[in-house]
Amino acid sequence: MKELVIVSGKGGTGKTSISAALAFLAPQKVIVDCDVDAANFHLVSGAVVRQTHTFTAGFEPVVDSKVCTQCGKCSDLCRFEAIRAGVITASLNCEGCGVCAFNCPEHAISMQEKQAGQWFVSDTRFGSLIHAELGLAIENSGKLVSKVRQEAKRIAGVKKLPLVIIDGPPGIGCPAIAAISGANLALAVVEPSLSGMHDLQRLWELTRHFQLPLAVCINKATLNSTNTHTIIEWCNKQEVPIVGKIPYNDVFRNALQTEKTVMEIPNDEVQEQVLELWYNLSNLLGVVPTNSIMNRLFHKMNTITNK
Amino acid sequence: MLISIASGKGGTGKTALTLLLAAAHSDINVVDGDVEEPNCHLFLKPKSEGQRKDVTIMVPNIDADRCNGCGACAEVCLFNAIAITGGKALIFDELCHSCGGCMLKCPQDAIVEQRKSIGVITCGDSTTISSTRLMSGVLKIGVPSGVPLIKAIKKEAQGIVGDVLFDCPPGTSCSMVSAVKESDFCILVTEPTSFGKHDLELAMNITQLLEIDTGVVINKSDGGAGDEAIEAICRNRQIPVLAKIPYSLSFAREYSAGIIANDYQAIAKDIWRQIRPGGRAEA
Repeated sequence: MKELVIVSGKGGTGKTSISAALAFLAPQKVIVDCDVDAANFHLVSGAVVRQTHTFTAGFEPVVDSKVCTQCGKCSDLCRFEAIRAGVITASLNCEGCGVCAFNCPEHAISMQEKQAGQWFVSDTRFGSLIHAELGLAIENSGKLVSKVRQEAKRIAGVKKLPLVIIDGPPGIGCPAIAAISGANLALAVVEPSLSGMHDLQRLWELTRHFQLPLAVCINKATLNSTNTHTIIEWCNKQEVPIVGKIPYNDVFRNALQTEKTVMEIPNDEVQEQVLELWYNLSNLLGVVPTNSIMNRLFHKMNTITNK
Repeated sequence: MLISIASGKGGTGKTALTLLLAAAHSDINVVDGDVEEPNCHLFLKPKSEGQRKDVTIMVPNIDADRCNGCGACAEVCLFNAIAITGGKALIFDELCHSCGGCMLKCPQDAIVEQRKSIGVITCGDSTTISSTRLMSGVLKIGVPSGVPLIKAIKKEAQGIVGDVLFDCPPGTSCSMVSAVKESDFCILVTEPTSFGKHDLELAMNITQLLEIDTGVVINKSDGGAGDEAIEAICRNRQIPVLAKIPYSLSFAREYSAGIIANDYQAIAKDIWRQIRPGGRAEA
């Protein structure tokens, strides 16, 4: 079973739009939305939730006020200014480290498991989707990412599906690290803007840090052809394969507004490029792209040769 | 006044709005708090003043001569950052939250803390927008949490006299929360799509929880059903829509080349008028 993770560094470059289009094309797969604090894949895939699970992670202090003598030792030891003499004054500051509880001379504080969110198994137009909702202002997004990924792999194993498509989070911090670590291939969806290029550089350094193969899809490629050219040169120099070049097109906006994938709205220019992207990715991953796609590509190549 | 600019969904235009607001202000400090992927410097092109501050966190270090492998440290570490192998404690820096709990529990006094660098804060005057200073936080690659760096840069920002624009990371998790926290006003930038709307509501939950005055800017406005759906949410929650910035391909093209077009000066000035104390629009 192969895991393909779609990431970007910069937000809003088209991770979910591209993930959804790939999910539409890939014949047998499980999809997992790893952007757990701003999940969107369920919106574009007509998800119907079949299972809801509680996610617990981390701990929070609970003070027994009858036992507490307000001695103030907890206030002295807490480095996060979250507790004052047995009263939790800023629960959002609390890291759940337990220093207050483990060092309370009266044993008035206990650490209790914290509900950190929920995760779901849903049916979508493209198969099973595992997604999540992080609790309000909760840490541990990285752990929730690992949880949904693990569940997706389990389901793919049970159903004998060859591919897991991971719609990743933006950034290069803990959720991104949790989403990419151990995957077979990371696909960076990059836009040809200075910001997009800058963030690609940092994402590439991160994938090198974790020794993960990276491929690049340039989205909105026609927005700035000079920058697109620079990205191509950069990728060639770093030996990062470019697996797709998708033109800037309003069909992406229309698709988002109507909660569809770009493959479900007629537009030859974009669809041919997404097909090619999927064909290249399936080659790199060693999964079958389905015959109908090969036929469409052969058809396209014949048309070009005949011209 | 410290104004945070956040969004929920990425790529809605946080940095673009930050820069538009900076250009419409006579004397402003911009702070880039998106430490995982900072971008403001690409537009403001600051001339470095040579001020570069290393940001460190404290992580435990085991004195192998003193450690007898008793495991007291591993037992109290709720982040599983310590394991006992080969009769000695082994620290996993990446998981450590710098709480100091292990040090307090070690009966052998075998743990001392040492500094670990997680990133830098740089400062400089913009060469593209006059009377604009930029402070950026840059997280080291491979460091999992940007939160300590965001806290450090927030502290610096709070020391600045005058108006400060704080460009936040996307999402609604701990990085975004620590960036938005303690600001005087939060502008949430959204776009009229189902993704934008969904993530805007999550971000609104956060600013409500933090009790921060909030306003919304609809970027890439379509002037139609998409805008209306966002405006309906804002009405329900009594959060003012500060501005609608029209969808513009030419703006996107110039932005991709690192240029902030002057097109929306009037809109930016109008936002400033609304968020100044006493001048705020009613929802």
